[in-house]
Amino acid sequence: MTEPLVTLDHLTVLFDERPVVDRVNLKVHRGDIITVIGPNGAGKTTLIKAILGIQKVSSGQVSLQKNLVIGYVPQHLTLEATLPLSVKRFMLLSGKPLAKCASALARTGVGHLLDASVHHLSGGEKQRLLLARALARKPDLLVLDEPAQGVDINGQAALYDLIRQLRDDLNCGVIMISHDLHLVMAATDKVICLNQHVCCSGTPADISHDPAFIETFGQPVAESLAVYHHHHNHRHDLHGNVVAGGQHGAHTGHEECDHAHH
Amino acid sequence: MPTIDAVLDDFFWRALIGGLGVALVAGPLGCFVVWRRMAYFGDTLAHSALLGIALSFLISVPLNVGVIITCVVLAMALVLFSRTQALATDTLLGILAHSALAIGLVTLSFMPDVRVDLTGLLFGDLLAMSRYDLLWIYGGATLILVLLAVLWRGLLMSTIHEELARVEGIAVERLRLVLMLMFSLVIAVAMKIVGVLLITALLIIPAATARRLAHNPEIMVAMAVAFGFVAVTGGLSLSWHLDTPAGPSVVVTAFATFLLVYGAAGKARV
Repeated sequence: MTEPLVTLDHLTVLFDERPVVDRVNLKVHRGDIITVIGPNGAGKTTLIKAILGIQKVSSGQVSLQKNLVIGYVPQHLTLEATLPLSVKRFMLLSGKPLAKCASALARTGVGHLLDASVHHLSGGEKQRLLLARALARKPDLLVLDEPAQGVDINGQAALYDLIRQLRDDLNCGVIMISHDLHLVMAATDKVICLNQHVCCSGTPADISHDPAFIETFGQPVAESLAVYHHHHNHRHDLHGNVVAGGQHGAHTGHEECDHAHH
Repeated sequence: MPTIDAVLDDFFWRALIGGLGVALVAGPLGCFVVWRRMAYFGDTLAHSALLGIALSFLISVPLNVGVIITCVVLAMALVLFSRTQALATDTLLGILAHSALAIGLVTLSFMPDVRVDLTGLLFGDLLAMSRYDLLWIYGGATLILVLLAVLWRGLLMSTIHEELARVEGIAVERLRLVLMLMFSLVIAVAMKIVGVLLITALLIIPAATARRLAHNPEIMVAMAVAFGFVAVTGGLSLSWHLDTPAGPSVVVTAFATFLLVYGAAGKARV
């Protein structure tokens, strides 16, 4: 078993004595795609900020693999209107050479926008730019905070698909926050349902039956997801079988994704 | 052909050379003021300069040193206060800006034997520029330009997206502190030319003018410096020929340039 990229050990973050993230244990391995879902105020963003090292931890531990390179895709790129910035300049600020920046842009499908102003990009193009920016760093771990916000439904599916492909190319781990339950379920190996503490976790198919999940998101949502997964499993029978075999634990996620792509 | 010494003997040339030195650093720092929405913050620091002058007389240190120290202390106090979030930042800045100015004026009035040219301090004075001031201006400008060049990527990145910068290993907090130190320094040296009440204008008007024409941050900085040169040269000439106060003349020239550029550039959006 390979060493995990990130290990959270009873990670707790308190805001004014109130736990926002409560004793979360989690391991992220290379090749994992882990999605954190949960209601508003569940501590999702705080959790990933703790992983990124920009949120003070109250107790517990975040251990990162040595020399881990993290590529971070924030929720928005809200640029001050007074700050003129081209896509090229923004990419070069990563400190990587132009050739690498250009190929990262091409990989995320926005290579033609090299000379455009960042101010003129659409929501989807901005997300792809941020993804390219993270990619140029050759990350071991990709951290995304609601990457598909402000992107239309077709664009969302394409974006999640791209994230999967990047995971395969880079053999990196991926941890992301999402609200778009249906798309997440289709594009993820492991889902963590967070409501301060981890209410439930496992493969998408598993957690849609989990009582804790149903309690958090309601019966209709859980049922609609279960139905959705039925379709999905028909098309990927092996995928479904492997998923059913191993629950809880990031490592099973790893095996599962290997199967899914052979 | 006048020698350098002869040029420096002429007060107008001293003021012009000093003013150009100030514009050289006001350009890049002004861009950061505009990008980071720190105009009111800059105003607060500038207003506290008068308090710094009063304190310098009290403890007998050079004026520049007193101003820099006061600005730095106030800047740090602002950062600490704004973290507690008991008051909105603009309210806090409004309180501190005017209180610092008022305390400075009251303190100065308690020192009747200290002869200061209050109008000169508030609005700038063409005649006040000494060779010693030029030394301060160019020393300060060199320090600021070197710091900006070395820290450029980090400063720009933390301005664009603070969290992204932090994840990429940029010491955002430390850079903010350095930026404040640079503001304090530029206020201390620019005070003589434009006066404490108008320093912010020299920072933001050329930068805002440059924004209309620039496609990239570095170009915007270069243009801001150029527009700063225009404002200083035009303003001081105006002051010299028409005997108008130096600071307001510089600001009026900067504003005229601003109107001209925005008028000429029309509706095209960069």
